[in-house]
Amino acid sequence: MNMSTVAIDLAGVKKSFGDKLIVNDLSFSVARGECFGLLGPNGAGKSTTVRMLLGMISPDAGSITILDEPVPSRARAARVRVGVVPQFDNLEPEFTVRENLLVFGRYFGMSTRKIAAVVPSLLEFARLEVKADVRVSELSGGMKRRLTLARALINDPHLLVMDEPTTGLDPHARHLIWERLRVLLARGKTILLTTHFMEEAERLCDRLCVLESGCKIAEGKPDALIDEHIGCNVIEIYGGDVHQLRELIRPYAKHIELSGETLFCYVPYPEQVRPHLSGRSDLRVLQRPPNLEDVFLRLTGREMEK
Amino acid sequence: MDGAYASVMPANAYNWIAVWRRNFLAWRKVALASLLGNLADPITNLLGLGFGLGLIVGRVEGTSYIAFLAAGMVAISAMTSATFETLYAAFARMDAKRTWEAILFTQLTLGDIVLGELVWAASKSVLAGTAIGIVAAALGYASWSSILFAIPTIALTGLVFGSLAMVVISLSPTYDYFVFYHSLLLTPMVFLCGAVFPTSQLPESFRNFAGVLPLSHSVDLIRPMMLEHSVGDVLLHVSALFLYAVLPFFVSTLLFRRRLLR
Ligand SMILES: Nc1ncnc2c1ncn2[C@@H]1O[C@H](COP(=O)(O)OP(=O)(O)OP(=O)(O)O)[C@@H](O)[C@H]1O
Ligand SMILES: [Mg+2]
Repeated sequence: MNMSTVAIDLAGVKKSFGDKLIVNDLSFSVARGECFGLLGPNGAGKSTTVRMLLGMISPDAGSITILDEPVPSRARAARVRVGVVPQFDNLEPEFTVRENLLVFGRYFGMSTRKIAAVVPSLLEFARLEVKADVRVSELSGGMKRRLTLARALINDPHLLVMDEPTTGLDPHARHLIWERLRVLLARGKTILLTTHFMEEAERLCDRLCVLESGCKIAEGKPDALIDEHIGCNVIEIYGGDVHQLRELIRPYAKHIELSGETLFCYVPYPEQVRPHLSGRSDLRVLQRPPNLEDVFLRLTGREMEK
Repeated sequence: MDGAYASVMPANAYNWIAVWRRNFLAWRKVALASLLGNLADPITNLLGLGFGLGLIVGRVEGTSYIAFLAAGMVAISAMTSATFETLYAAFARMDAKRTWEAILFTQLTLGDIVLGELVWAASKSVLAGTAIGIVAAALGYASWSSILFAIPTIALTGLVFGSLAMVVISLSPTYDYFVFYHSLLLTPMVFLCGAVFPTSQLPESFRNFAGVLPLSHSVDLIRPMMLEHSVGDVLLHVSALFLYAVLPFFVSTLLFRRRLLR
């Protein structure tokens, strides 16, 4: 790719803590204007990758470029055009919403007057106008998250790096964040986000890469990944004798996975299977289109959230 | 120094101001309580020890004991203000509150943050030290102008003890370790450095050891100023304090790098 169209480039990045390999030979590129997802279960190495991107820790091997600046050597220059939403809240709880933005703007060398000029639009963006003079400790989780997002935008960054932007939020708060992120993408910003919500990745990301134990196990557009790895309907069955059900469905299924007590049956023609399950009041049966969760299950043999 | 070390040093001469202003804004919200809390203790000590012991002790080095002690209390309060600000407040901002982490997402470096915290700690020393000086001047135990002259030394004392405390917090896993620094280093310094009684009372070997401790240099500068005697060895004392401020600054910044940026 031509460098000026590339926002993030990782090549052969490795990181160990002690003798534990946390990120193993990770490479990916994110184009400007793209929303790229880093997907993986707890401990997959998402936050470690994010910290390396920001130049907060140095990779043991490989190279990283952010907005044409080599990282970590010129990370400070790169960070001027990057906004960060960290996994764990680090707002100033004793400060008001407005004061949080003021203090953070100063870290970018902005004058009080310049900050005051951009704060109203940030408050509006984060839907926090009426909370401007409320202390952060009094905000709900969703509001805090939106303030963190507004704070990340104070320097008008081109690239936003977000580590689990919606973890811990209720569905309503989560949808509001997603909607705000789509507005940013429409404005041409580049977003890198980590998540372990498949739905989040499917809805927002143009492309994503799935991490497991620090290794990239898949990369591509969400639809293409689903097509490539699943490409058929899914019937979830809960209850009954797993062994017996497996035998029953095997002739019709491309493959079957067991996760916990749920059987995931990947079947090209579900109508062939359903008659065998009708009238079984001991079973809970759900037929649905395939999603990224199935891709993860297929690739790793386990569900992401369990 | 290679690039990795250079990258944690202050990026320029003014980035630290944003950190100082953050702390000032937080302090302003609790200024009154903070002032009372920080001043009550040294003023009680000054008056209690000064009047109480003063009766028994009589005159010390040609002045009343309370005037002698006032200068020592100015140095001690400069020391403790910067120490406590760093040990407790800065440690919380570095650790549990994640304030430093948020700042590191911006164009500030670790060195900018440490410098901003140090100047802030020194500002609190100036506040506390000057307040004791004002009490002493109001009681007639020091001249008003001498308090003004003492301010640079008070500030330098604040930088020294802020800087030393930075090393302590960069190494301490939790608050529990601060007590060692406090009882093994700070409290002995109060007694060894001539703050509350003249070092001539100490055995020779102690006196030589005490002479190199940072608080001694502060006391040796502040006391003659406040008593309007001529100050000896100014260059020596100032350079010693300067070293005590600068060396721990670099050491702590590198230790923070190891702790936070990996
Ligand atoms: N500073 C560190 N020292 C030692 N081990 C670490 C350090 N930071 C992270 N790890 C380990 O690296 C692994 C990956 O951590 P990381 O935080 O990158 O995962 P993650 O994908 O962000 O997970 P989560 O979804 O829980 O946030 C974990 O096993 C973690 O314990
Ligand atoms: Mg994480």
